[in-house]
Amino acid sequence: MAASGRLRGWLPIALVVVAGGLLALALRERYHHRILTLVLLWATMGLAWNIISGYAGQTSFGHQAFFGIGAYVTVLLILKAGLTPWLGVLAGAMVAVAAAVLIGIPTFRLAGIYFALATLAYPLILRIVMDFAGYQEVAIPMARERPTLFMQFAEPRAYDLLALGVFAATLALSHVIEGSRLGYSLVALRENEQAAEAAGVDTFRCKMLAYMLSAAPAAIVGAVYAHAILYVVTPEAAFGVLVIVQTLVVCLVGGAGSKWGPVIGAAVMVPISETLDATIGDRVPGIQGVVYGAALVLIILFAPEGLYWRVRGLLGGRRPAPTSSAPAPPAAAPVTGGPAVIGGDLLVVGEVSKAFLGLQALSDVSFAIREHEILGIIGPNGAGKTTLFNVLNGFLVPDRGEVLLRGRSVRGLRPSAICRRGVGRTFQVVRSFPRLTVLDNVMVGAFVRDRQRERAEARARAALGVVALSHRADAAPTGLTTLELRLMELARCLAGAPTLVLLDEPLAGLSGDGVGVMIELIRRLRADGTTVAIIEHTMQALLRLADRLVVLDQGRRIAAGAPADVTRDPAVIEAYLGTRWLRHAESLRT
Amino acid sequence: MAVAELLQYVVTGLLVGGVYALMSIGLALIFGVMRVVNFAQGDFMMLGMYLTYYLAVAWHTDPLLGAIVVIILTLGLSLIITNVTTMVLSPMPRGIKTAYATRAFALGAVLVNEARAYAFLMALLLAAVVYAFLTRTDLGKALRAAADDPEAAAYQAIDVRRMHALAFAIGIALVAAAGGLLATYHPIEPTVAVNFIVLMFVAVVLGGLGSVPGAFAGGILIGLVQSLTLLVLPFQLQNVGVFIAFLLVLYLRPQGLFGRRLRSV
Repeated sequence: MAASGRLRGWLPIALVVVAGGLLALALRERYHHRILTLVLLWATMGLAWNIISGYAGQTSFGHQAFFGIGAYVTVLLILKAGLTPWLGVLAGAMVAVAAAVLIGIPTFRLAGIYFALATLAYPLILRIVMDFAGYQEVAIPMARERPTLFMQFAEPRAYDLLALGVFAATLALSHVIEGSRLGYSLVALRENEQAAEAAGVDTFRCKMLAYMLSAAPAAIVGAVYAHAILYVVTPEAAFGVLVIVQTLVVCLVGGAGSKWGPVIGAAVMVPISETLDATIGDRVPGIQGVVYGAALVLIILFAPEGLYWRVRGLLGGRRPAPTSSAPAPPAAAPVTGGPAVIGGDLLVVGEVSKAFLGLQALSDVSFAIREHEILGIIGPNGAGKTTLFNVLNGFLVPDRGEVLLRGRSVRGLRPSAICRRGVGRTFQVVRSFPRLTVLDNVMVGAFVRDRQRERAEARARAALGVVALSHRADAAPTGLTTLELRLMELARCLAGAPTLVLLDEPLAGLSGDGVGVMIELIRRLRADGTTVAIIEHTMQALLRLADRLVVLDQGRRIAAGAPADVTRDPAVIEAYLGTRWLRHAESLRT
Repeated sequence: MAVAELLQYVVTGLLVGGVYALMSIGLALIFGVMRVVNFAQGDFMMLGMYLTYYLAVAWHTDPLLGAIVVIILTLGLSLIITNVTTMVLSPMPRGIKTAYATRAFALGAVLVNEARAYAFLMALLLAAVVYAFLTRTDLGKALRAAADDPEAAAYQAIDVRRMHALAFAIGIALVAAAGGLLATYHPIEPTVAVNFIVLMFVAVVLGGLGSVPGAFAGGILIGLVQSLTLLVLPFQLQNVGVFIAFLLVLYLRPQGLFGRRLRSV
């Protein structure tokens, strides 16, 4: 089933490529060939941009940097070294990938609009530098003796097929990415970067990889474009605004985030603008720009998600899920047996301090989480509980102190690295990947233990089974109840097979039944050998659940020990429980 | 290097920077209130230049666009404006010849171009008026409230949509005014927008996205960097210095030199 599903994914790609090839053979007029070549090249450029900006959501306004590098490197190698462009293209792609690394290292520290604005600067710099270096107009020298060796064809079909080859390769690359661990990671980090990182996605590495994979086809398109269309490479044509505008138009009109978006966008927009340019372009210079501008305005106003997603939505969206009508499976049997044997220290927190500007969120907090126990962390609002979790899973680096996992320091590791070492976490407010299905959400976590897609899916389905959410596997997170969302987040965490899970207020917002379900589940986790640390406000629930409690107040650990002892500790009553609690507890005992 | 020469570059940079500052606060205002990076800003500046060129006295901007504008939309607008202008007014650069464009005051050894000096003073004056409007008037305070927290502002009976339209209108008016000032000494052509929109972005990011005083300082700084770059790099590479400064600030202080924290999205 999986194999046939895989083949089915390749079928439309093969159809599109064959259709492109047939069109290349069928067309007669030179001008029509030019349009076909342009459609294929801009579709490829769009696909390249889509890898970093569509899948990974890192909007690049500077992608023409790679396009221009490809064009200039290839052409300058012909001029200076007599190198055939067939090899020059590869050199151009390699330079572009190197440039992507150089740009990415500092620029991926920025998020959202800052990243987008920073990318504006790079092609501008390159453009000015090329101008200054004396490459205002670099003509590709004619190679009359060996035209094929120098990518110079009299037959326009040759350029069609060349463009088709680049297009087919980039489409295939996009298809492979979409179904791979990288693809899932990219979409996850686009949807919620922190949740992705906590679920084991090394977001920096993934973005960088996507940027490199995106730079190479862009450079190849630039080189082919220079040979098929430009003949004379100028800084404006290579690094100019129009390159990124064409790319954006193709992607946004078609729909970013899917490999079909840029294909559709190019097939629609390029013929329109080329035809207009050819028919009235002489009398109305700049008509192309107006068409592109109008297309952007119209698409943002009427279908901001792009044609592909809009049509897909109109056709009824996702295929009906075969399992969605199945009744909810019975929840896992309650665990009544005694707790697993509590072992030695799994995670040791040693004199951890963390301050934000003036606020001392944690000061000299020390405690240990023992193997197979359920540790409750309580304290009033602002006591530093969530900050503590953020230190434990690597979101924050403590100012002082150590965090040792099985005796080895995890201080300063990325959250994804800590996750891979077996520490999973959930969030106080559930952080889902809203545009992924429940199953796909959980798969992001499963990829931590299995790079291979089918095995990761099996792992994810098993994790959904554990939390009794299998019947919702194909649902969108937006349609889930609070309990289901919390279960999904827990499944995502469990799919990575953690030895320690950090649960940040897992009962918050749940109904009485929901609390019961979650408590049973947590007990079962421990029975299965997982260690659990819980932040919780519901004191009664935690007393039923926890083996030990750690109490925080104003960033300090004020008590630790068995629940019965801790709840009678005067300092704890003073800071958190209140004296009414004491009377209540006394009355319970008598 | 002679002190006078350095001083000359500083003065030139300051004068140009004043006009950059004015156009940048327009962009900052729109971003601050609407959270929209307005790519069409440079084109409104360009239009301002043409308007000055044609000595159009009255002009009017439809603020209806205000609430719905998003980045890409403005990029689309920008393309349309640039190209329609090219169609209508031809791509040929034009210039306004005034007597003061070529005259200069002499302050000791430092020469101050008259056109730039007047433009600088006008820019300063306009910026001061905007600042007074934002800090002293009820409407200005409402505008800032809508920028800080649209929801809370709405609970205080502030019409946030209207504030968006207002911010957009003022932002455009400012940049068009800056375009008018620039027209006194800079060639006017339809594609002039591209060069300046990037400078505006840089100024706004330098000052901290959305901060109006920050954008003003950012604009002045850009003028200085541009001018002082000439001391070390040839004329053609003038803007490379600006972009490098831009990237450095982004890497080292993404919130800008004077920035306030952005609302987390």
